[in-house]
Amino acid sequence: MIKKENSVGLVVEQVYQENKPFILKSGDELPGFKLVYETYGKLNTEKSNAVLICHALSGHHHAAGAHSEDDKKPGWWDSCIGPNKPIDTNKFFVVSLNNLGGCHGSTGPIDINPETGEPYGSKFPAVSVEDWVSSQVMLTDHLGIKKYAAVIGGSLGGMQALQWAIDYPNRLSNAIVIAAAPKLSAQNIAFNEIARHAIESDPEFHSGNYISSKTKPTQGLMIARMIGHVTYLSDDGMGTKFGRELQNHIEGEESEFQIQSYLHHQGEVFSQNFDANTYILMTKALDYFDPSEKFDNDLTKTLAPALCNFLVISFTSDWRFPVDRSREIVKALVAANKNVSAAEIESTHGHDSFLLPIARYFNTLSAFMNRTFQELNES
Amino acid sequence: MRADLELIADLVPPNSRLLDLGCGDGELLAHLKESKEVKGYGLDVDPNNIEKCLLKGVNVIEHDLDRGLASFSSDSFQIVVMTETLQSVKEPDQLLSEMLRIGEECIVSFPNFGNWRCRLQLGRGGMPVSKHLPNNWFDTPNIHLCTCADFERLCNDLKIVILEKKYVNSEHEQNALIQIAPNLLSAYAFYRLGRIQDV
Repeated sequence: MIKKENSVGLVVEQVYQENKPFILKSGDELPGFKLVYETYGKLNTEKSNAVLICHALSGHHHAAGAHSEDDKKPGWWDSCIGPNKPIDTNKFFVVSLNNLGGCHGSTGPIDINPETGEPYGSKFPAVSVEDWVSSQVMLTDHLGIKKYAAVIGGSLGGMQALQWAIDYPNRLSNAIVIAAAPKLSAQNIAFNEIARHAIESDPEFHSGNYISSKTKPTQGLMIARMIGHVTYLSDDGMGTKFGRELQNHIEGEESEFQIQSYLHHQGEVFSQNFDANTYILMTKALDYFDPSEKFDNDLTKTLAPALCNFLVISFTSDWRFPVDRSREIVKALVAANKNVSAAEIESTHGHDSFLLPIARYFNTLSAFMNRTFQELNES
Repeated sequence: MRADLELIADLVPPNSRLLDLGCGDGELLAHLKESKEVKGYGLDVDPNNIEKCLLKGVNVIEHDLDRGLASFSSDSFQIVVMTETLQSVKEPDQLLSEMLRIGEECIVSFPNFGNWRCRLQLGRGGMPVSKHLPNNWFDTPNIHLCTCADFERLCNDLKIVILEKKYVNSEHEQNALIQIAPNLLSAYAFYRLGRIQDV
């Protein structure tokens, strides 16, 4: 059961169906697509109080509230979205979707390719952050929202918020970019490649056509998640949480460290609930995200078209997208004469910090969102 | 607005691009944005100040001045302001040079350690504690206190030109008496500084 206090309560998934062909950045075409999404709070009559949440690598549309009374867990960002929470649903109308290529209801590799009658599998076209943003714009049009009060995202979600600011400057007043980077480093790509290789070398992968073969590369996906998970935590954070403690040690049996069973558990749960092709697709979208590529690798030039205010948040123990990566974004925004504020939050929880209710982090978000609401009412 | 910020605001030209080092709660930036359409950015390290700036709608970047200003490119601001912060940074001389690398001009204010009250207390054998320097020697953030004369000597050494200066009392008021012997009588000093090649 989920705590009702400060919760958006029971929420219902909605579907946006687009029937026109959608041309992707790669040049490939989808004959149409569907996006599942949820909304929390009320859209005001001027339709000016909407906020878009962009999800990270393994996220989805279910960000807050519960689907049924007996749900064990609320949405993935329930601590942050709800009445009197940093993204206050008494003030804002929150839109949260599952990105194209996902495996939680939006069109993705597990869907049937209408041309072949078989699941897309690994034949699902490559999707980029730009494609996600342009499909999000179509959903936004469908909802009748001309301009978001804020587009907010952590990690890969923060990259989408940046892309919004660059590609659709007139359609958002604020971008909140959390624990992100202007592009991936070689080390970031290396970790993603190990994850993909683990999946692809699982004998059950069948070149990505495992659904047709009625199987799943569970082992590969599990390893991929375990690697990912290690990069989301910090050495200190892991040390504090697990140390060298042994798990359920029974005399005479081989012992296991707590961190081992934790990683196994995380990997198992993930491998049962996530699609391997989606994981490959999303990590590739991350790897190829580089908005400055078209602008002579000059981030200042890249961000020049933006009109919104920016809030850039990073976490001290994040080594996946360290504070320095956020500083690169801030430096470019200052050089481009954009309105930007930045906070570097002290935390021992590594990259995962962006999902946690850290007091200073939430105070920072609340202050910025309260100001956003105030400006909304002044205009 | 705080009287000292009023003095600084007077020195800032309208529509300028300004960087405020140690911006505090963002009062100066909010005032300049409103009254002079100044495009301003503040740097601060205190989380409470950062929240206050965000609530005011002022650009604030978490940044420890002791880390230097290498992340800001040369000539990227018209004005760089530092209000009563010079005395608490690790390397005030380097910071001053950096301020004039990134800004065409800078405005600096600090408490004058040459003030007669300080001299009197030192004469009695103790470190000065007063209204404008309220901390004890062991808990003060002020690690590089100076007199007006010291500061002006440093400017000379660093080839920094003093374009304008204001000597004020502890209420931030200018009066004729202070101007007779500013190094002895002023509680605070305000300077507008430029680069030597610009003059």
